[in-house]
Order: sequence, then C-alpha cells, then structure tokens
Amino acid sequence: MRYLPLTPDDRKAMLEKIGSASVDDLFRDVPTRARLNQPIDLPPHQGELEVERALAALAAKNVSAGSVPSFLGAGAYRHHVPASVDHLIQRSEFLTSYTPYQPEIAQGTLQYLFEFQTQVAAITGMEVANASMYDGATSTAEAVLMAFRVTRRKKAVISGGLHPHYRDVIATTGEAMGADLVIAPVDPEGIADLLQQIDDKTACVVVQNPSVFGHVADLTPLATAVHAKGALLIVVVTEIFSLGALKPPGAMGADIVTAEGQSVGVPLSFGGPYVGLFATREKYMRQMPGRLCGQTVDQDGRRGFVLTMSAREQHIRREKATSNICTNSGLCALSFCIHMTLMGEAGFTGVAKLNHAKAVQAAEKLSALPGVNLLNKAFFNEFTLELPKPAGPIVDNLAAKGVLAGVPGSRLYPGEARAANLLLVAVTETNTDADVARLVAALAGEI
Amino acid sequence: MLNRQGRPSAPEAGSAGAGFTTWTGHRGLAHEEPLSFEQGAKGRTAVDLPEIPKVADRLGGLAREGEIGLPGLSEPQVVRHFVRLSRQNYAIDLGVYPLGSCTMKHNPRLNEKLARLPGFADLHPMQPMATIQGALELMAQLGGWLSKLTNMPAIAMSPAAGAHGELCGLLTIRAALEARGDKRKRVLVPESAHGTNPATAAFCGYTVDPIPATADGRVDLEAFRKKLGSDVAAVMLTNPNTCGLFEREIIEVADAIHAAGGFFYCDGANFNAIVGRVRPGDLGIDAMHINLHKTFSTPHGGGGPGSGPVALSAALAPYAPLPYVVQEGDKFRLVEETEGEAKPFGRLKGFHGQMGMFVRALTYMMSHGGDGLKQVAEDAVLSANYIMAALGDVMTAPFEGPCMHEALFDDRFLKGTGVTTLDFAKAMIDEGYHPMTMYFPLVVHGALLIEPTETESKEALDEFIGALRHLAERAKAGDTARFTGAPYLAPRRRLDETAAARQPVLRWTPAQ
Repeated sequence: MRYLPLTPDDRKAMLEKIGSASVDDLFRDVPTRARLNQPIDLPPHQGELEVERALAALAAKNVSAGSVPSFLGAGAYRHHVPASVDHLIQRSEFLTSYTPYQPEIAQGTLQYLFEFQTQVAAITGMEVANASMYDGATSTAEAVLMAFRVTRRKKAVISGGLHPHYRDVIATTGEAMGADLVIAPVDPEGIADLLQQIDDKTACVVVQNPSVFGHVADLTPLATAVHAKGALLIVVVTEIFSLGALKPPGAMGADIVTAEGQSVGVPLSFGGPYVGLFATREKYMRQMPGRLCGQTVDQDGRRGFVLTMSAREQHIRREKATSNICTNSGLCALSFCIHMTLMGEAGFTGVAKLNHAKAVQAAEKLSALPGVNLLNKAFFNEFTLELPKPAGPIVDNLAAKGVLAGVPGSRLYPGEARAANLLLVAVTETNTDADVARLVAALAGEI
Repeated sequence: MLNRQGRPSAPEAGSAGAGFTTWTGHRGLAHEEPLSFEQGAKGRTAVDLPEIPKVADRLGGLAREGEIGLPGLSEPQVVRHFVRLSRQNYAIDLGVYPLGSCTMKHNPRLNEKLARLPGFADLHPMQPMATIQGALELMAQLGGWLSKLTNMPAIAMSPAAGAHGELCGLLTIRAALEARGDKRKRVLVPESAHGTNPATAAFCGYTVDPIPATADGRVDLEAFRKKLGSDVAAVMLTNPNTCGLFEREIIEVADAIHAAGGFFYCDGANFNAIVGRVRPGDLGIDAMHINLHKTFSTPHGGGGPGSGPVALSAALAPYAPLPYVVQEGDKFRLVEETEGEAKPFGRLKGFHGQMGMFVRALTYMMSHGGDGLKQVAEDAVLSANYIMAALGDVMTAPFEGPCMHEALFDDRFLKGTGVTTLDFAKAMIDEGYHPMTMYFPLVVHGALLIEPTETESKEALDEFIGALRHLAERAKAGDTARFTGAPYLAPRRRLDETAAARQPVLRWTPAQ
C-alpha cells in the first residue's frame, strides 16, 4: 500500500504503547451489530499503472472539447490557459495547504487572496470582493440572501435573461428561506421590462449581463428604478472576459456583482470545480458571505494578511452566521489570480477584444445562412441563433460529425416551445477561422 | 541542542541571527514579496496574442472606458512572484498537518495527473450525452463506491463542499417531510457540532435546538429523547463526533428520531475513522455528506475546492436534487429535469458537481481498494490513539479512550503556566509544525484537537510527539516567553487581527 507508511512492526509497537491487544479493540465503542465482519464487496487495491489504465479508458469514452471545433458556452467557456498557471497551482505549498487558519505560516495563500479580491473588485468596477464562492450560481443565490439581510425584505425579481440553472439555484435556496420570488418569463430577445415588477417590498432585482442569450444591455436605467424603491441591483456575469471589453456593472449602478470566474484560469472540467466571484459596495461589506482576507501588521510591524471579519461566519456565529460556507474555492481562485496576473491590463483587455472580434465575424457568417436569424443586436462572445427547426437534434447530429455546435435552447429550457429552435453559440480565442468555417458548413447541411 | 533523533534543533529564539538585518529585507531563502499590484510596468504582459481582426464592434455603445488597474508583468516575474508566495505557506507536503476535523492526509499525485486527462478536464458540462459517456460512467462508478461504503442506496453528487452537502441533506429531509404534509420547525444539534451544522439548519429556516453532552463526551441520550417531538425535523450528529469519539448510542439515537417521525442527518466529516469498517447505513442514518477532500484525499488547495456528495437512505432518495446520472442498458444519461417517480427538491449548483474532484477521489479509491480503505481507517485510528497514549503523561485528555482518528486534549496541563492553548499552538510553528485545531470543539476548555491521519510514518509521529512533549515540559518549566512571543521563526510573527477587523482593508489601492 504505497500511501500507508505503517509496517506490521510499527503497528505492533504502537499497540503495545497504547496497551491494546489489537486494532479491533480500538473500535470497541462501535455497537456490536454495526461492526462489519466481512470485507466490503469492492475490488482490491491496485498499482498506479492499473488505475491509470482504468481511468484513461473512461476518459477515452468522452469527446474532449479541444479535440473538435467547439462553440459551447452558456455559463462555461473554453479559453486558453497559459502553461505556467497549472504549474504554479501544483506547487505543494498551494495545493496541499488548507484554509489559512494560522496566518503566520499561510501568508502565501493570504496574499494571493488579497490580490484576487483586488482583481475582482477592479474588474467588476466594485469597491470590495470576497475570497471566492463555490461557483457563479451559488454566489448569486448568496447575493439574493444578502439583499434580504440588507433590505429586511424578502422579494426578489429574477430576470428572464438569467441562466436557468442560476435561477433554479436561487429558487432552491430562496424557497428554503421563505423568499417571495418573481421569476420573469424566458426572454430570448432581451427586451423584457422588469420595472413593473419592482415595488416597495422588493429586496433585489437579479439580472445577467451579457444575458444567457448573449444580449448586452445598459443597466443604468434599471439601477435607478431599483434604487428608487430602496432595493438592490444584483448583476450576474457568467463570462468574466466580457468585462475586459464592456462597461463594468459597477459603473452601471450595481450593488452586488456575482460572477462565474471559470473563464480565467480554470479548466472546463465538466462543470466543476469552478470559482464564484462576489463583489459589492463598501457599505455592505459586513453583510457579505464567504471568506474575506484583510491587510494588517504583525508584532514586528511588518505588513501581513489575515482572514478577517470572521464574526460573520459559521464557526463563530453558528446559527446566526451570514452563510453556512466553510470550504470555498481557494485553488481555483489561485488559478484565476495567476492567469489574470499573467494577462495584466493589456492581456485581459486584448483577449476580450479578440473574443469579441471573432464572435462578430462568426455571427455574420452564421446569420447569413438561409433561415437563420441572429437574435442579438449587441453581444460579447456569445449570441443566439434562431434556426428554422429544433436545435437539439441538429446539435446531436453535428456532434456525431465532430462539431460541438453550441448549446441548444431545449437543453436550457426543456419543454419551453419558444426555446426549441434556439442555438447559443460562443466563440473564443481558441476557435480558429477553420473551426468557424466548419461550423458554418455543417450547420448549412442540417437546415 | 539536539532533539530526540539526535539532530540539531532549531536555533533558540533570541540567539545570534535573530536580530540580523539585511538591506533587502529578505532573509536568505526567505524572500519578502510585494503585491503584484506594486510591481510591473504599463503595457507589459505575459501573454502574446495574434492580431485582432478589424471589425465594427457590436457592444451596443457599452465599450469599457478607462483603465481597469491591473499591473503588467512578464512571465518570469509572475512565476517568481507566485513561487515566492508559495514558500510562505505550510503544507502537508512539508510536514505533519494535524488539523483536527480536516483530515490533512497525503494527496497522491496520480490523482492530479488523471484529473488533467483532456477526456475529463476539457469536457464542457453541456456537451451532448453521446460525447460524455465516460464522464457519466465515472460519476456512476464513484456513486457506486460511496454507496457500497455507506450501505446507502443513493448518492447526491452535486454538493460542492461539506457545508453544501449539509444543505443538500437538510433540503432533502425537508422535501420528504413536506411530501407527507408534515411541516416541522426544529433541528436538534449537539453543542459539540461543527459550526456549519447550526448555520445550515438556520439557513433552511429551522430553529436550532442544542443537545447537551455527557461527561464522557457523547450525546446525552436522555436529554435528546426529552427534546424529541412532532415538530423535530431532524437531528444532525457527527460520528465519530468532534471530540474524536464514537457515539456508542448512535443506534438508539436513530431509533428515537425515527420513532418521532424525524430524520437522522450525519455530518460525515470524520468518515476517515470508520471507512471500510462501519457503514453509516447500518447505523440508521438517513443522510450523510462525505467530504471527498478529507476521507478521499482530494487536495485542500488552501481552502477548497472541496466536494460533498450526500449518501441518502431509501426514504430520502426520491427527493435528491437535480441533476443526476441514470444508467439505461449500457448507456448513461444525465437527468436535468423532473421525470418519473422522482421528486427532486431543486438544484444546488450551476452544473453537475465537482467533476475534477470526482476523478481524484475515484483514483484514490481504486488505488486503495476495499482492503486498503479499511486499512486507512485502522491506521488513522491507531495513529491517533498512539499520540494519545504517548502524550497522556504530559498533556491532559478530557475523555477516556479509545479515541477514533483524533486525539483531543484540553488546557488543564497548561494551568498556572501563563501559557494558553493559542500560545502553545504558536510555539509549534517554531518547531516546524502546523498547529492542531484549537479551541474546538467548544465543549472542551482550550481544546487541542490532533488528527494525524494514516499517512504519517511512525518516525514522523515520534518526532511530532517529541516536539509536543518538549513544549509541554518547557511550558511547565516556566519558559513562558517561548510561547507568548511565538512564533519567532515563521515568515510573520503574530498578526493584529483586531485591527484588521476594526478597519478592514480588503483590497490594494494605489497610493494617492
């Protein structure tokens, strides 16, 4: 057993020191009828080679997104991650440490969390950010709960352009809290007006920008209306690269910004682990969920960092905590932080512009196909096509031909007639002109 | 001065070298590192991009204006920055990390390698089913292993961490109760529980009712029975509990909560002590989260990402959240909407769960096999009891053994020394160790909770024991400054947490 250092002699010597006759004796507090007297029916231990062979066989049954032209987005995006990111996050001191409970020997983790918080605040145009959440969806659900705490109201208005999985996570956690949720109908055109829904009982309005269908909107008028009723505007970003090209939510009046940070530094990994971003105004800082890293000094006056404001957290406040979160997404926050540091101002805005230009070119080519209608006026790197027939079967057919064409509306909105013919297409810097040409040709063959 | 193995020990605090200053502020290999925001130059970057095609933008007049404020660094600068930062961290790979309740065991690198296979790492969560059969099969296989190890029929895979698993478990219980028209208000939680338990119960809208502990560190069964009633939705119990003890009367607890019409939630944070030897399903548990980052060795990564699948009893299985995997013949399918007899309570996460952690955990399980996992529990329990026995004469344990995978001490051995649990822990840093969990569980005064795990050699345990014995003796000998001023030899001395909380500085801002 390659991971277990104790030898039979060690075990014997240790039992002698303990004064027990056998290991079984150490388990004597287990009720007799719960003791397992036979081995569990599972395969025996295996060497590295055998395990690697078994897992590689499973991996080979999948079509990896990078092996074919791939245009999937809808909350997870394939971007190039510089080689040094994965190298650095595998430094033992990052990979095999835990939550920085002892700051004197965790300054590495704490300093990158402080840098991460600074990056997130700057990119979203907000004043403060936390040290990460599980993912964009849970971050958004926590934002709604925070809005309830801040406003002491329990009504949330959810835009029809919010990713339906995010909507469902809000509904799941909101219902448990007794929330009054007003969920707007699905909005593929990006034209619905939420103003009628906002009243004196509204705690928050949740809107995604770009929307799940890719629409980009100026949220300033909405923010004004929301604030006039004493409510908070929560802006959700699922493609964080968009903020390298677009006016940030902070400049449009957002009170809380939640985002999925996966695009920067984190592999697709079939949906997780990802990294939720959470930013807000300084005045709401003490209502924020999740871990926070703050600057301070040590006994000798040297700058250092600590986890701070833990009086909000479960290990201190127990049932009165702002959230039940303990472990969050530290290593993914590190990936984000390293990738963002590598890009810097020029790289981050450059990649964003490259994404947008490629998406504009692809949208023009695809919408030139007969019967294909582009629903977006303004978009970043993802847009919605209306096809002359259901998109689901087309996507399956194209997958069989080696093109991952995008996410069909029916996958996001099962049973919703309005969504059946819609295809969400995301284009990033990883897509070549040849990829786009293949998608155009393949789609032409299906319609 | 030599330690027990005859090697030179760390220099004494205040010895030559302690007051030695340098022009750079670095101390040999210990480099001071500024923030990335304090480095760099305008226009510098570590990524090279192709020429951006010239197109008329379609940003709707909402193009970003002005600078974001990100620094510009080249690749060598970035690599050096993060390598220097890494060296200010303690880690399992550097030494014993005896953080009780966290199961800081060795993280095999095979797990890392296989999680990075493009067939797993480069899969989009919304790909067509035909292109993700191996991924779904892996989820089903991992669920199968967890089901066998718990003897519980269903596994909800999507929770992102332990506390998220607790939320999943309680929402499942709530859905099951509501399905029978039963609105209940209270959740019973022992005083010794992890803070996440009461926080989760409150998050779900329940009133938290504490259960006292007995003098032997376990749930007071009589007090628990008295608290039961038709408004109790669930009891949340950790087993082995946070004192490192097996709850001897756990089956009675299960029978009593079931008789009262409630459900039994178990916090599985301490599953490492019993994996392969005791199956939670055999104890009458209805729901239990399993921290893959503890028992199944996915790396803790400086505070996540974790993964917290929840094992469910037959009574709760129909209410498990979306999405989940089903097998139909030789094909696998991800169910993303309500169908058939199932009554899922909702959705917990953006996508399907922590796939990257699933790959690592399954790799770990297959490496150990059924036989090896049993050995894991036995060695973890043996190691904790060894520490308990080897320190029993110099430290004080609040409860009679045997313990399970954690050795718990209180601060009676420090009485009259002027040294607190915190001081003692900080002095461990100077000896080259990450301290144990301090001041938890709350039911023990000045608690010191040590979890060695099964991946420490006897030599490593003996050196650790030697260090603790030495410190306990120094404390009793009146060498107080060694403790109250500690750490002396870490990258930082004690940090001012009060100032940090009073006037929070949560981000860098450019000098005016």
